[in-house]
Amino acid sequence: MISIKRLQEDGIDFIMVIGEIDASSSIELDLTIAKSVGEGYSKILIDCSALEYISSAGLGVFMSYIEECKDRNIQMVLFGMSDKVANTFSILGLNELLRIAKDKVQAKQMVNGL
Amino acid sequence: MSFVDLLWKVFATGLVATVISLMLRLIENLLGSTALTRNVVYQDLVYLINLGLMVSFLIMTFTVWKRLILYQKSKWLLRIWAVFEAGLLLSLAYNSFKLPLIDWIFGTLLTIFIILGLILSGNLKWVAYLNFRQKWTSLLLLLLTIFYLLYIVYTNSSISEVIASASKNFTDYRIHIFILSLIVFVTVYSIFSFLVILFNLPTTSVFEQKLEEVVNFQRISQSIQTEQSEESVYNILLETSVSTVFADAGWLEITGDKPNVFAYRISDKEAHDIVNHLNAHHVRGVLDQGTDKTKNLSKHLASLKGSRYRSILAFPVYVKGANIGTLALLKELPDGFTKEMTKIVSTFANQAGISIENFRLMEEALQNERYKEELKIAKTVQKSLLPQVLEKDSDFEISAFSESADEVGGDYYDTLRINDHLVCLIIADVSGKGTTAAFHMSQMKGIFHSLAQRDIQPDEFMMQANQALIYCLERGSFISATFFMINTKERKIKYARAGHCPVLYYCSNKKSLEYFKDKGVALGMVRNKSYQNFIQTNEFDYKNGDVMVLYTDGITEAKDARNEEFGYERLSEVISEVTQTTPKEMQDHLIRRLYEFSGTENINDDYTTMIVKFK
Repeated sequence: MISIKRLQEDGIDFIMVIGEIDASSSIELDLTIAKSVGEGYSKILIDCSALEYISSAGLGVFMSYIEECKDRNIQMVLFGMSDKVANTFSILGLNELLRIAKDKVQAKQMVNGL
Repeated sequence: MSFVDLLWKVFATGLVATVISLMLRLIENLLGSTALTRNVVYQDLVYLINLGLMVSFLIMTFTVWKRLILYQKSKWLLRIWAVFEAGLLLSLAYNSFKLPLIDWIFGTLLTIFIILGLILSGNLKWVAYLNFRQKWTSLLLLLLTIFYLLYIVYTNSSISEVIASASKNFTDYRIHIFILSLIVFVTVYSIFSFLVILFNLPTTSVFEQKLEEVVNFQRISQSIQTEQSEESVYNILLETSVSTVFADAGWLEITGDKPNVFAYRISDKEAHDIVNHLNAHHVRGVLDQGTDKTKNLSKHLASLKGSRYRSILAFPVYVKGANIGTLALLKELPDGFTKEMTKIVSTFANQAGISIENFRLMEEALQNERYKEELKIAKTVQKSLLPQVLEKDSDFEISAFSESADEVGGDYYDTLRINDHLVCLIIADVSGKGTTAAFHMSQMKGIFHSLAQRDIQPDEFMMQANQALIYCLERGSFISATFFMINTKERKIKYARAGHCPVLYYCSNKKSLEYFKDKGVALGMVRNKSYQNFIQTNEFDYKNGDVMVLYTDGITEAKDARNEEFGYERLSEVISEVTQTTPKEMQDHLIRRLYEFSGTENINDDYTTMIVKFK
């Protein structure tokens, strides 16, 4: 089960992901990010502090936006991951491709280029 | 034998008896008043012939009436009939033995028989099953039968009176209770039947209509077994509804995925006019399908000019609670639909809905069956992609295991010998499940077998594999893999890990288990040449007794009843218990513990391990 919330703050789009992302719920995540990108946000922060589990399909969603973010100069940062979730990202090597911050403050600094 | 045939039999017997009797009369008339005709013996002969004819006619009729009365029998009816029949036989015996005639017994018995006969004559259920034509035929046959009966009885009576006046010893047949009772019963039943059929004539059409309704209803119910498409069910629904309520026209509008209009004796334009008219006058509840109530909309049609229809009756058709269409019936008469018609058509509409639902369920079941079959094939293909035999060497021993969930998974492992001292291993996991995963797995196998042959460094292997996969993997899909090159001459292993689960390694010297920490991004994640920055070749030496445990995330992510994961720590713990055994025993131990942990045989991901023990 998954619950995704969006919130805009200082021109930054916050996407909160709560629960588990598996093959079926990854579609919802994909749609949410696509919507945010489609609305023209150039700063997207993904709050993973309530993310309990992510399957390979969910990781695939983040992965699929790496190129697009680079091409359209969108800054996407994930933050607040639990150790377990962070481990899943690092095993696949996604921590090297995605920008991952420790917490919200650090994430904001990263997108604001500070 | 049909009822009319039975009546024919009676009629024919009556006709023969009457004709013979008339011929005797004719002979007598031709002979005139001669000595012969005045002779008592001759008169008695004529009388006996007539009596025989009458009795045979009566008995014939009696047996046929018996069949008609007992057409729909109940226990009580059978008992009464048995009493009646037995009584008649007894009375026959009584008369045959020439026992003294006692008036009161005679009267009582006769009365009892007549009453029983009357009771039995009330059983006329067979009449209801005659159709209009059969009823007319039966009326005619019965009328003639009654006529023959009366004629024969009259003839016998008149002859017996003549003889009685001439001879004192003459025994009149009328003292026979048997014959008298038969005459009364047979005549009464004939008259009853005649009258009942006569009065049933006007209602015959109603009965026939009801019967037709039942047949129509059956047609709709059975259409699912015999008809090949939903369309024929719709056609039958429209046809039967129109014919049952004698509608002048009608249409069935199907909404949804495949909108369609089935019209009966009405043009699409006319139908549209009526729909538009009703919409324009805001007549809600029927054609707009806003409610499941069926309404008689006659009054609203009165204001529609240029239309000959004055009554309309509309029904929604439901499948699984969803409205799929509207059935509308039209009549030129105002108030042309009765309550009964509404009921029966509503039943038809419901039944048609059920038939369609069954039809769709059957289609779905077939479709599911097909998918299952396809999945089965995919699973077989996937299994066949895994190696049957693993590479063997004096330096190491390998054991591998792979079990996939119901869905087809994408776990892959393989071994390949390059030369006498170089052996390659691979373990990979394709993201996603199902046929696409199995498809990507087969691509991975192709890549492994072609690239590993070339004796290239592991990082180079991954780079080329990545380059090859970029064009095959769809957006969001990737493959995690670890590639090993075992050099038995130098007792060294080179490997590259592309996002796959870290290697669990047992070092026999230090007697310690640890996960290798190295870097590497999964295949397909970086879709350009810069991938070389994200992959590296690692190297280590192996010693006698060392163990390398390879696995996929299905094992570490296996969950128990409390939703807790098997995890890396537990994996390392379980392996530490069996480091001194053979790879096969280690593997069996791990799998057993894994099943114990999850507490179920139904795994939800693929379990794959490859364990290498060095000598």
